[in-house]
Amino acid sequence: MKRDDIIEYSLDAHHSEEEGVKMRKKIWFVTALLTVITIVEVALGSLIKQSSPSWPIIKVLFIILTLIKAAYIVLSFMHLGHEKKSLKYIVLVPYIFFILYLLVLLLTESVYVAGVWEKHGY
Amino acid sequence: MAEHAAQKIDTKTAWGGKISPFNASYGKLMMWFFLVSDALTFGGLLISYGFTRFNAQDAWPIGEETFNSLPFLGHGYPLIYVALMTFILIVSSVTMVLAVEAGHRMDKKGVTKWMIATIIGGFFFVGSQAWEWSHFIHGSEFGKVELADGSQAIVKGHFGEIKNFTVTVAGKHHKKGEVITDDLMHQYHHAVVEGHIVNGMITLHDGSVAKVNKEADHEMMLVIKKAGKKHKLSDKISGEEASKLYYGAINSGESHKVIYGADLKENEYGPQQYGQFFFFITGFHGFHVFSGVCFNIIILLGVLKGTYQKRGHYEMVEKTGLYWHFVDLVWVFVFTFFYLV
Repeated sequence: MKRDDIIEYSLDAHHSEEEGVKMRKKIWFVTALLTVITIVEVALGSLIKQSSPSWPIIKVLFIILTLIKAAYIVLSFMHLGHEKKSLKYIVLVPYIFFILYLLVLLLTESVYVAGVWEKHGY
Repeated sequence: MAEHAAQKIDTKTAWGGKISPFNASYGKLMMWFFLVSDALTFGGLLISYGFTRFNAQDAWPIGEETFNSLPFLGHGYPLIYVALMTFILIVSSVTMVLAVEAGHRMDKKGVTKWMIATIIGGFFFVGSQAWEWSHFIHGSEFGKVELADGSQAIVKGHFGEIKNFTVTVAGKHHKKGEVITDDLMHQYHHAVVEGHIVNGMITLHDGSVAKVNKEADHEMMLVIKKAGKKHKLSDKISGEEASKLYYGAINSGESHKVIYGADLKENEYGPQQYGQFFFFITGFHGFHVFSGVCFNIIILLGVLKGTYQKRGHYEMVEKTGLYWHFVDLVWVFVFTFFYLV
């Protein structure tokens, strides 16, 4: 009898022991990286006050570190980096725009709107 | 069975429609579609949070000041607890990816081991969140105070311990001269909210009046989070003056001068929306984690039964893995935008 659940598994992602060793090495590298980034973020967050003049730089740094973390999770853990290019960009491109929108709104737009409200009322 | 799956798959037979879009299986592609749409929901929440937060500017609470406690250790550990939660989730993401890797080698024992580790990590995260919620709802010892000029201030410093209540006017349950040592903090907070403290004398539930014997507070500082007639936003008041203003409000005998903890209506940390966003965003994420743990348990049962071993591939582990990593991914963003900036 034909097994349709086998042909459904189209990625053909089996690998050998030796390849497994290599992959695990990469996984532990990403783990270490994510941990270090989190520690750096917490250290910066607790050492530098929001009122300090360097805060705007720290804020941008936080966002960059977050994006690095997110990229490693999506591309490595979720394996998107190894999928077909078309799938990769169909998932990523909308989000690149979306994240840019989030950042613009957060960093400039909201402050500007607050200023307008202060001046002219709601 | 394994050799079947290891073959190059003929695109003519893949999927029912004879082609395999993106060279991915139907299930996996649908999981990606779901994750993309789910990410839009979280994106919407975070964007509205970010807009409100930076719109309010200095009136908004600061993450490292609000979340600075650890279980059993008390205050003074800014963000350590949240960082720990983040770390737990990252580690459980790693164990998940190791389970997927073991699945590619058809290593049933490995998949079982790492799936169990992932589920334990998930439970740890959900449990941590329960503690954080309880701490957030319960609030601090000082609370947020509304001063005489209508401004609102959060209070920093060390709360002097309440030693006891000495009854001066007898009520239903307590005799005159009795020294009450039970449940002091709870009764004190209740009386403060109800405005039952006047000139250091507390009126208890049963109508008895008692003197509050409390140690002095240390390093008290008021930070104005809502401007009033006299105090401006972000003003800091410390020393004698802070103590005078704070206890002036408590001893005014008016109710609701102090807010402890948080609910959806008000919270001691900042504007109303702060509590609402906290409950909604972390709650929505926590619910995702909980569902993820449930999915993982179901898949683990399948692994133990040998369903996937017989099938010749562990793609189900990959699919639930995608969801689990997504939950971690969302937390990375929540961590930055809710707690850090």
